[in-house]
Amino acid sequence: MSSGWVRMAAPRDHAIRYGFIVLLFGLIGYFAIAADGFVSPQSAVFIFQSVAITGVLALGVTATLVVGGFDLSIGSVATSAMMAAAYVMVVLEQNAVVAVVACLLIGAVVGLINGWLIVYMRVPDLLATLGMMFLLVGLQRIPTEGRSIATGMTMPDGSVANGTFGAAFLALGRHRFDFFVPNLIPVSVVVLLVLAVLIWFFLEYTRFGRMMYAVGSNERAAELAGAPVKAYKIWAYVISGVFASIGGILLAARLGRGDIASGNNLLLDAVAAALIGYAVLGAAKPNAFGTAVGAVFVGVLLQGLTMMNAPYYTQDFIKGVVLVVALVFTFALSGRGQR
Amino acid sequence: MGNDAVFRVDGLRKSFGHIEVLGGVSLDLHAGEVTVLMGANGAGKSTLVKIISGVYERGGGTMQLVGQDFAPQEFAPNTPAEAIRAGVVTVHQNINDGVVADLDVATNLTLDRLSGRGAPTLFNPGRVRSEAKAVADRMGLAIDLKARISDLSLADRQMVAIARAMAHQPKVLILDEPTSSLSSAEADRLFALLDRLREQGVAILYISHRMSDIRRLADRIVSMRDGVISGVFDRKPLDYEGAVNAMLGRKIHLDRIVARNSAKPVLTIDGLRIAEGARPISLMLGDGEVVAVTGLVGVGKTALAETLFGVRKPLSGTMVLNGKPYAPGSTGEAIAAGVFLVAKDRADSGIVGDFNIQENISLPFHKRMSRLGVLKRRLERATARRQIQELGIVCRSEKDEMSALSGGNQQKVMVARWMSQAAKLFILDEPFQGVDISARRDIAAKLRASANGRATLLFVTELDEALETADRILVMSEQTIVGEHRNADIDLERLLAEVAGGPLHSAA
Repeated sequence: MSSGWVRMAAPRDHAIRYGFIVLLFGLIGYFAIAADGFVSPQSAVFIFQSVAITGVLALGVTATLVVGGFDLSIGSVATSAMMAAAYVMVVLEQNAVVAVVACLLIGAVVGLINGWLIVYMRVPDLLATLGMMFLLVGLQRIPTEGRSIATGMTMPDGSVANGTFGAAFLALGRHRFDFFVPNLIPVSVVVLLVLAVLIWFFLEYTRFGRMMYAVGSNERAAELAGAPVKAYKIWAYVISGVFASIGGILLAARLGRGDIASGNNLLLDAVAAALIGYAVLGAAKPNAFGTAVGAVFVGVLLQGLTMMNAPYYTQDFIKGVVLVVALVFTFALSGRGQR
Repeated sequence: MGNDAVFRVDGLRKSFGHIEVLGGVSLDLHAGEVTVLMGANGAGKSTLVKIISGVYERGGGTMQLVGQDFAPQEFAPNTPAEAIRAGVVTVHQNINDGVVADLDVATNLTLDRLSGRGAPTLFNPGRVRSEAKAVADRMGLAIDLKARISDLSLADRQMVAIARAMAHQPKVLILDEPTSSLSSAEADRLFALLDRLREQGVAILYISHRMSDIRRLADRIVSMRDGVISGVFDRKPLDYEGAVNAMLGRKIHLDRIVARNSAKPVLTIDGLRIAEGARPISLMLGDGEVVAVTGLVGVGKTALAETLFGVRKPLSGTMVLNGKPYAPGSTGEAIAAGVFLVAKDRADSGIVGDFNIQENISLPFHKRMSRLGVLKRRLERATARRQIQELGIVCRSEKDEMSALSGGNQQKVMVARWMSQAAKLFILDEPFQGVDISARRDIAAKLRASANGRATLLFVTELDEALETADRILVMSEQTIVGEHRNADIDLERLLAEVAGGPLHSAA
């Protein structure tokens, strides 16, 4: 048995390590052949844009996964931030900076409350953040009595909101940088890349990131090694909340209004990206690089399916299948999950 | 009392992998008698209980349950339910495993009937209550049947668990450390109940480390060590010290240690009380000295270790570390002050499973190993390599997963972690648990060789480990220190008497 294991180990290791990267390139290759126009600058822009927002959210939720938690409220934090940005600029007639600061504050406060509920009130992470999700979905509708926010809308008290989205704010979602091809890289993608590198460096190279992994793996051992475990957990949720609110800012900037109906898929896509990230390079744990690859994977998949004219209602199903396959990769094949 | 063996175990064996846990255990239980089973951690008590109660399958040997008609019937439970039906009932150590917290007392008392075969489909509250009342009356249980279990004290829950077990009218009742979380007043109520059961002719197997329980209850004492019965004591008066001796063993390797004296105090403890009602602890630990604290399980060794390390706060008393007052509010503060703890039970409290050897070693010292928050990986790796050398950890490289290491090597990594930086006070709680003999020798030798410049404090249950490692041995009993011995020409009789909490010390 042991000699057989040694012989089997190498190819098996390779399958676990590179399986998902190979799958990603296979997917791109398949769409390149099967879907007309998949290999084009326009298509790349679509992919980048859809990846950017889910990617930012996924990086945030990765931080909570690292400490052994989970954050289901990210989608609703993002839409709340979007509504808040619109409200601040359109109704309160403030400038872009105020809007951005307000959004970040909302994210940080929600993260603090999540962390407090989980650490001090001992509510299980899934339930605490689920409750927060419902709360925010409801809360974001109250100021406008359930209406979307756009310039010129009539407020509940009969007055007309005359504020506008500032040009600087809209640029966050709409401006594109030249990159070989003119107008290729949206600002949101640059934001994603910066945040990805930041969180990757933080988790892999700083002592805070290292200790977060320790907390996620063995909380008691981390505490007996002198770590303020509660603070680390709360910080993880604050990171998650702030990242989600950044996602919301990008969403508002892209849409140019506070759309009550948008952002439904954010949670599912972001969680899928983060969990697919477990399988990338055989990490078998939450990690920033894997999450980024996972986000690209989801983006490519959706864009490819759209260009092959797959009906929209099949997309969630296919995403789900991919997620389940990725989880099997992580937990069954690598044998890590059994511990 | 009755000489009729109700339950007989003969040559019971059990191995996990190639580690033999029970090496042929033979044991008789008699009607109307309390047999106390003593044994240190890893002696095989729990395994024995789990085989008898049908949780584990036995590896060999026989078990016989003798019925009223003296016709021995083969007893080989495959599931806990079968053992209960046959008349052998076990109350496990964790009280909350024995009761359902969200249901009321009456439902708990009749739970087995509700779930058993032939149980009625419809729930009849009236019948449940009358059945529960019958059970409670038989036990002399004075608890409100409508109360929810979660509103009861631990002692009351324990009573309910036992009463529920007794509802099956078993011939044999096994109690696994039932008083480990009870106060002495609560324990008294439990003992009164057990007296009653003894009179009713139940054969009771009582597993405990608490000498006060044992003195109160035991008709016989059976000591276990290394998977075999190492002594049976049934002549009155019972030889308690002999039983402790048989349990802890005394295969002493004489004079392997040259005991050192130390004049320079590192830690001074004055009037420290670690539990309600415990007598205060005062002691001094010197530079270069290795001091072992020994005592049975549950006498407060871990509580004292955790108090010194800032995990819990003392009720009163002061500590002085290298001339400065020391009162750690957290583990982080303790580490910053130079007090390190190798915690008991490495899998739960030490090893970070997702980390490799190198990352496990550096864990508490990230701050010292980083600049502006960024870890110095080269320093981390060099430290790990040095420590692997120092302690002779058998591995391919510092990048090995912890799960690839043997128990002894895992423990060496834990010790290496805390020896990678200089300590003022180095505490090790049961560092030799689940460690093979050669790793144990390596660790002990390393501790002694590096002892200068710090005080070393060791908590061990096994006397041999203390005798092999320490310059000075302190004995703990009832949450306080009751004896002190220089590890040279030790009076073992007196030491064992102190461990057993005998009358010898109460005069002192």
